[in-house]
This record gives sequence, structure tokens and C-alpha cells, in this order.
Amino acid sequence: MLITNVENVPGKVIVEHFGIVQGSTVRAKNVGRDIMASLKNLIGGELKGYTELLNEARRESLDRMEEQAKTMGANAVVNVRFATSSVAQGASELFAYGTAVRLESE
Amino acid sequence: MTDFLINNSGLVTFGVLMILGYIAGSMAEKKHYASIKKRESEMVEMPVVNIKKACVDSDVQKSTLVTGSAVISIDYFKRFLAILRNLFGGRVRSYESLVDRARREAILRMKENALKKNADLVINFRLETSAIGKSANKKGQVGSIEALAYGTAVTLRKV
Repeated sequence: MLITNVENVPGKVIVEHFGIVQGSTVRAKNVGRDIMASLKNLIGGELKGYTELLNEARRESLDRMEEQAKTMGANAVVNVRFATSSVAQGASELFAYGTAVRLESE
Repeated sequence: MTDFLINNSGLVTFGVLMILGYIAGSMAEKKHYASIKKRESEMVEMPVVNIKKACVDSDVQKSTLVTGSAVISIDYFKRFLAILRNLFGGRVRSYESLVDRARREAILRMKENALKKNADLVINFRLETSAIGKSANKKGQVGSIEALAYGTAVTLRKV
């Protein structure tokens, strides 16, 4: 499965459009990470636990998007966009969406 | 002396946190900036552009999505400075460096990922920033921010 954030994949032609596919996940940090993060908040700097968590979540949402595209019979997702929002206290939603297409080499 | 400490324990904690935040925070920031500058100069040959057509289509061998993200938080001292700044208005320098660090770190991580995939350039680059953490929903309080950089890594056909 090919995933890009450009509209057309260079060197390939889009032969079929399947419409929007999306994947999202809402993640909450665990208490341990929260405590570590609030300590780190005093001295500033990178919050490694949160970076890791968001990366995991993003991969998860990409995977879900891919799955949806696969069931449609697509072999690529183009024009992918990411969005992050905090839904509730201590939880954030990671959202990925794109257009599922079928590609063929030129 | 001890009486004073006990009677004003709130004030003392505040003072200790301020000093700790100032010392550790500025040290961490200096170190981070040094590492950012070093890695930026190492990876200067990797072009990242935010246009879609930066190369001839027939030269492209492979293209794939790459991402990089970083969550950076502000220290206690700078947060206090920012609150003071809110009274008078104007440039909030302490937040400027926070946002700048997060973005540059995210871009560097994206570039690292692209290099791992043997890419020659990154096209259609996008950058997104969001406030996260406990205080994200409270008005006027930025605890930490996340910067996300993503784009399409392109490997060119070697002639």
C-alpha cells in the first residue's frame, strides 16, 4: 500500500477513485506518564512519553485508514492529511484522512 | 529563619520551582539548540519543499509518506514570565523559543526518517502544531505543544 500526501503519485497514473478513507484513534496517557510529564513541565524540554504516545497513535490511525482503503480494493492512498485535537482532559484524538485510489504504472 | 520557611512554605516552593525551572530550563534549551543546529547543518543537503511538483515525474523511483513529531514543554520560570507578559502585551519571547524548538525538531525527525528510506527529497511538506496535555483545554495556559511535520519522501532514479 502506497501512502503519499501529494495528489498524484509521480510515475504512476490513477485509474480509479474510491473516495475518502479515514482512520482515527483517541488516546489517553497513563497515570505514570502523566506524572512524569507534569514533573518535566517544571523544567521544560521534550516530553518523550507524549511524543512516543502520539507517534504510536498516529501509526494506528494510518493503519486503520489503510485497512479501509484495502477493503475498497485500492492500492494507494493519496493526498493524506493529519489532524490532532484534544477531545477531553488528558486525551487526544489523532485523525488521518486521504483519498483511496487504484494506481497503475505508466 | 526556620519559622519564616514554615510560615511561607507556599512562597518557598514557588521560589525553588522558579530557580529550578530557570537553571534546568535554560540549560536544556541551550543543549537542545546546539543539537538542532548541529543536525541541521548535517542534513542541509536534503531538500524539503512545500510544493508538489519539485522534480520530473519520470525520474521518480519510489515515493512514500514520512512524518516526524516532537512534544516540547515550557519550564516553570518561562511560564511565569509569559503570564506577566500577558499583563502588558507584546512579544512573548519565552513561547517563541518553545514553538521554534518543537517545529525544528519535528522537521529534523522527518528528515531523519526520509534519510532512512534513502530518499533524495521531500515534497509537499506540511507542518502542524497543536497544544496538548492537561492544560490544553484551559484558556490562556499552554503547557506543552506538539509539532508534526509530514511530507512525501521521493527517491529518484539514479542515472
